[in-house]
Amino acid sequence: MQSIKGSELAESRRLIDGSRLVIESLARSGADVFVGYPITPANLLYSYAMRRFPAALSAPDEITAAQWLSGFSATGLLPVTATSFPGFALMLETINMAYMMELPLLVILAQRLGPATGSATAGADGDLLLLRGTISGGHILPVIAINSVEDCWNIPPVALAMTAWLRTPVILLTSKEITMSQFTVDIAQLPPIEPVLRRQFSDNRPFLPYEPEKDLVPPFLPVGNSKYQVRLNASTHDTKGIIQHLHPEALKNTARLEEKLYHNLQNYTRYYLDEQPGADTLLVTWGVTALATREAALKLREKKVAISVFIPNTLLPVPEEYLKILARYPRIIVAEENSSGQLRQILFGVAGRPNVTGVNSLGKMISPEEIVEAVLKR
Amino acid sequence: MNENNFLISAPLPFCPGCGHHLIARNTAKALARLGMNPLEVVLVTDIGCHGIVDRFFLTHTVHGLHGRAAALAAGIASALPRGKVIAFMGDGGASIGVQHLVECARQNFPITVIVHNNMLYGMTGGQPSSLTPCGFRTPLIPSGKPDPGLDICRLIHTAGASYVSRINCVGDFSDSLAEAFSVPGFSLVEVIETCPSYGLKYNPDEKPQEIARRSGLEFGVWRNPFGGKPVMRLTLDRNRPSLLEKEDGSKSLNFGSSALKRRTAILIAGSAGGRIQQTAEALASAAIATGLYASKKGTYPVTVGTGYSVAEVILSPQPILYTGVQIPDIAVVVSEEGLGYVRSMLSAGLLIIDESLTPPASAAEIVRQPFQKTASRKNAALLALLFLLRRTNLLPVEALIEQVKTLGRIPDEEVEKILEKLKLLLKKEEAQ
Repeated sequence: MQSIKGSELAESRRLIDGSRLVIESLARSGADVFVGYPITPANLLYSYAMRRFPAALSAPDEITAAQWLSGFSATGLLPVTATSFPGFALMLETINMAYMMELPLLVILAQRLGPATGSATAGADGDLLLLRGTISGGHILPVIAINSVEDCWNIPPVALAMTAWLRTPVILLTSKEITMSQFTVDIAQLPPIEPVLRRQFSDNRPFLPYEPEKDLVPPFLPVGNSKYQVRLNASTHDTKGIIQHLHPEALKNTARLEEKLYHNLQNYTRYYLDEQPGADTLLVTWGVTALATREAALKLREKKVAISVFIPNTLLPVPEEYLKILARYPRIIVAEENSSGQLRQILFGVAGRPNVTGVNSLGKMISPEEIVEAVLKR
Repeated sequence: MNENNFLISAPLPFCPGCGHHLIARNTAKALARLGMNPLEVVLVTDIGCHGIVDRFFLTHTVHGLHGRAAALAAGIASALPRGKVIAFMGDGGASIGVQHLVECARQNFPITVIVHNNMLYGMTGGQPSSLTPCGFRTPLIPSGKPDPGLDICRLIHTAGASYVSRINCVGDFSDSLAEAFSVPGFSLVEVIETCPSYGLKYNPDEKPQEIARRSGLEFGVWRNPFGGKPVMRLTLDRNRPSLLEKEDGSKSLNFGSSALKRRTAILIAGSAGGRIQQTAEALASAAIATGLYASKKGTYPVTVGTGYSVAEVILSPQPILYTGVQIPDIAVVVSEEGLGYVRSMLSAGLLIIDESLTPPASAAEIVRQPFQKTASRKNAALLALLFLLRRTNLLPVEALIEQVKTLGRIPDEEVEKILEKLKLLLKKEEAQ
């Protein structure tokens, strides 16, 4: 047998799983502390964070994890955790707490097949409607999805910046097929990452914990600081952070929690839009199906079928400019790996719109061929 | 500093005769006695009547969720370099959040929890909590609680708390609180009191401390003689190595340019323990070393050491988008369980299968070899892949061997043995 000796590779291409990129990206963008509780398919995120984050702890359960993180957040640290539906369910009350207290908290939700424990090692993009209803009262919780390998690097800093600057919990949405699959990545080509900006109170005026600035977000001071009293409150409260029962100022404060998201949404709106002149059909997708959809578009264009593709990262709140994009197309196909058509329902409601259909799947990835077939079927 | 530096001068929001008054005032007094500044103190309150006291405190205040005050306070305290963090909870909060108290004690988080034990849920109508003593009557159990209450002090002491005390809610107990506040690690104080609205009415003849004593709850202080048990403090290291550096410092190697012209999907199917995933990872990495793009996706049940294990590897001269495999171009199947999972996908292409298995009737080109028998269950997949590479020139065998060694999960000597076995197989095949 003649042996071939390897020489040093000029390129820096490597086989890397999505979790590794996400955690490295978050560490570089300034995440301070990770608290984990094991759950498939978020375990790689947990194990990488233990090695990479400035601080990382193991919690005895997801409620504790989310509470510790909220405590860290109250002192000015940027906290991150990663979980899947069963763990997310336990965190739900604390996420509401952080929403009300206006504490930064980034939760990476690695979706798997449900309901309940479902199949831990099977992929799904099935938690979007759950996230749409996470906050009691129906207020919107920001959700940003990872839709490609590149997104594993580029999107986490957007989510971290949003949680830090807007003082709201943010969900970074991904799935088993991204966190546990490996892809070819040229690490030398990864763009540099800037640390996210943090909000601080620096005026000489009196500090009111929930008095918003022009962008509707209150300035931040950590609890324990020696200059100003800080009050954080998970119950309906006024600008001082004091419980008020149905007081107009307090209700205004509650309404502001969502208003601040819309007011600043443009800064955190990310999407992939590939429009082809002459196309009357728009493929809309998110999550792991984004990969199959982009491949389907290539196949369709090889067949001289004009097609446009829209893949939003920022899923919630829905930016107004999405509606303009959707309005340009008489025919829309939404491909997503769930049986109920969750993004389709968010964008078009249960009543839908003529010529809006879905390609859906339960328990298996949607293939490019299935999407091509749906486009060609008139 | 005195009490008034910590509490605004207004009537507290509690019913007349409620012990919560005394706890709030004694807390303020104890903090003043310790010479603390109000802004050095963070008060975390739980849900319940006691929880609405936060607006009267001039410290930092955090009003959280039911049962979670200790966990929230633990996060705050461990991240603060100085100051005092106190959590107020009720007996209801201590019931729902008992896990947090145990964990705070075990890990020695630097907080003091004051459990306002009035033996029932006062805000919601007087329901019994886990701490309600046996025989205690509430509107919901007018005949008395049939089962014993939890001795939270004993539980938390056993969990490793530095300091635990139970005190009776009478008069000035600020010295006891100051002692608890001065503990460097975790301390818990259970204050036995009564609820004038629901407790007193249904238990008019007995004082709270008598009820406690009758239930076996003693008053006193319990310490764990740890001495050096470390206090839980969050430390941040901002110079940890990047995850993109190779752990062994090795450089990626180049094995020439692959001649592969089109996307090729390879399915590797075997059983858990058959090194399916790591062999597939090595194959994908080897492809990258020849200038190709590769992806690898695993499928397996939730069991760790049993059941099927299937890996889908895509190799392509172009960047890869969709990572799934419908019908593989090449399938390598080395166990019955693996075959069971992928059987329906084997309708075309090349099928390399262990000779002990019956391949499905299909249009695939089938090659049968004794991989399991030759290389054991553990290495059958690697042997089969090496065999595939020799047979197809998909990639240089050396590229795969290099990756198997670099990934470091199969010792070099074992790899050499597998290569000897590969030679044997190829020789036999040639002879046939």
